[in-house]
Amino acid sequence: MTLPELPYLMFPLWILLFGFIGSLFFWKYWKVQQAFAITSSALYLFTAGLLVIAVYQNEMLALQIGNWPAPFGITLVADLFSAILVLISSIISLATVIYSIQDVSKSRKKNGFYPILLVMIFGVCGSFLTGDIFNLYVWFEVMLIASFVLIILGNDKAQLEGAVKYVILSFISSGFLLMGIGILYRLTGTLNMADLASVIPNHPNQPYIIISAVFFFMGFGIKAALFPLFSWLPASYPTPPISVAALMAGLLTKVGVYALIRFFTLLFTFDIALTHGFLLIVAGLTMFFGVIGAVAQNDFRKVLSFHIVSQIGYMVMGLALLTQWALAGAIFYMAHHIIVKSNLFMISGIVKDINGHSLLSKLGGLYRQYPFVTVLFVISAFSLAGIPPLSGFWGKFILARAGMESEQYLIVFVSLLVGLLTLFSMSKIWKHAFWSDVPEGETIQLTKSQLYKKKYLLLIASAFLTVCTLLMSFFPDLLLTLSQKASEQLLDPQVYIKNVLNQ
Amino acid sequence: MNFIIALIIGMLFTSSVFLMFQKSFFKLIIGVILFGYATVFFIFTIGGVTKDAPPLLTNAPDHNQALADPLPQALSLTAIVISIGVQLFMIVLLKKVHEDVETEDLDELNSTDRIA
Repeated sequence: MTLPELPYLMFPLWILLFGFIGSLFFWKYWKVQQAFAITSSALYLFTAGLLVIAVYQNEMLALQIGNWPAPFGITLVADLFSAILVLISSIISLATVIYSIQDVSKSRKKNGFYPILLVMIFGVCGSFLTGDIFNLYVWFEVMLIASFVLIILGNDKAQLEGAVKYVILSFISSGFLLMGIGILYRLTGTLNMADLASVIPNHPNQPYIIISAVFFFMGFGIKAALFPLFSWLPASYPTPPISVAALMAGLLTKVGVYALIRFFTLLFTFDIALTHGFLLIVAGLTMFFGVIGAVAQNDFRKVLSFHIVSQIGYMVMGLALLTQWALAGAIFYMAHHIIVKSNLFMISGIVKDINGHSLLSKLGGLYRQYPFVTVLFVISAFSLAGIPPLSGFWGKFILARAGMESEQYLIVFVSLLVGLLTLFSMSKIWKHAFWSDVPEGETIQLTKSQLYKKKYLLLIASAFLTVCTLLMSFFPDLLLTLSQKASEQLLDPQVYIKNVLNQ
Repeated sequence: MNFIIALIIGMLFTSSVFLMFQKSFFKLIIGVILFGYATVFFIFTIGGVTKDAPPLLTNAPDHNQALADPLPQALSLTAIVISIGVQLFMIVLLKKVHEDVETEDLDELNSTDRIA
């Protein structure tokens, strides 16, 4: 079956933009906005699926906005890597919107929760699809400003405190990005990624290009929460309502990782020993310190937030090894991580609704009374820790194998150790929240029948993501074939250059 | 000329980092605004400060004269608009934090960092 020729690249963006603008017309009727959000995220999933099929059949899609020829105008590009991420982001968006219907308070919905959510997803989708470095900066800002609003919507004290750190560090990272763009433009005279990729390998002043690589590393590193730059993440992610936290935990840092992978496979590959050797060290430190932070914490959501940091390390490890298997592993790991991590955040929200707390010492009694929630948690938690045959195992296995093949035994050792510590902190949650009885002085806030009657959509959203995890676990070859093809494309910049510049 | 501009940019960055390291909200705001200026000034300058003709083909005295590159200015305009938006957001955010948390000391915003 071949698809007819249509602008598949634009459909996801159009749908999200129309959803946003349409819901703005109904500012006072949040139920209409909710309907807009549900339909546009469902359609987004559909168009993202179409995009993946179209990219799979055509190798790569490129679209010149305004019909300006390639290096001068803004280009939208989708290779398999971005198409996979758009698809995963659409799955998460749909699940989050379903979850938010019964999770987010009415006052937040009345103050424009849904339009802003759609803008944020719009920004994420645009960052995946753009082929121009300055345009990437603009998409980042669209996404970030929407996420600023989402993170403070509701004005809790904790939300405000977390938001101060988040906003300031994001602003600084955008500044670094801008400076990197400025230096690169000065040196090469172009902003188009494909054009840059064809100019940089023969550039006479490559040491100066390394300087711009440093700026990009800082900018994307803050957004992706790499080792020395991650302190904003555990401070701000646990504070907003769970629907927001789940979406951000799944998507926003991964946009930073996406940009890192794109830049350090397409542009900065002329001195691999220096740049990627540095990335490998950062990857190891990120993994290790993230998981150490998680082990120390006693709050369900904070444990999960620190785990985001440690898992970013695995993705950067795949990037730093820069072999076909390693990149395929990184892409597989990203897809797995986005789904599992968002699901764990959603489950932490359900647990908070049941027990009224997210502090581990005050939780308990879930295993006995809520077996369905327990099953959801077990699958995601063990998948995160990398227990075979769940999806996290495949990701870690491929990465470890790639590390062995490149003879980087130290990073393989660190990654396996971190897997063990992940299992340890997950079993801490398991022991306190699920296995133990309800602590004295605490009461269950939500009985089983109330949960199934009033909050059933929370369970449906989480079950939907769990089914996705199980599909990835037992049929990994589909995603693995896709990510291997994607990594082939990433390792050969000529494909990208050819598809964008020779229209 | 370029040396003086580079010096100004360096001073802007130094003072913004110094101010952001202080505890007061107000100094933080000023520091962030200066950081925004410094980055915009940086891309504007690195794009090349030249005395070439404006990039309008009808206005160019003859076609041999070099034309200035308009793109860095377009980039800095976009960056200015975005950074002013974020700065305004931050000012309102810090005002709200000041009202709710009742402090002006950044070090006291640590309730989300403590291990409970």
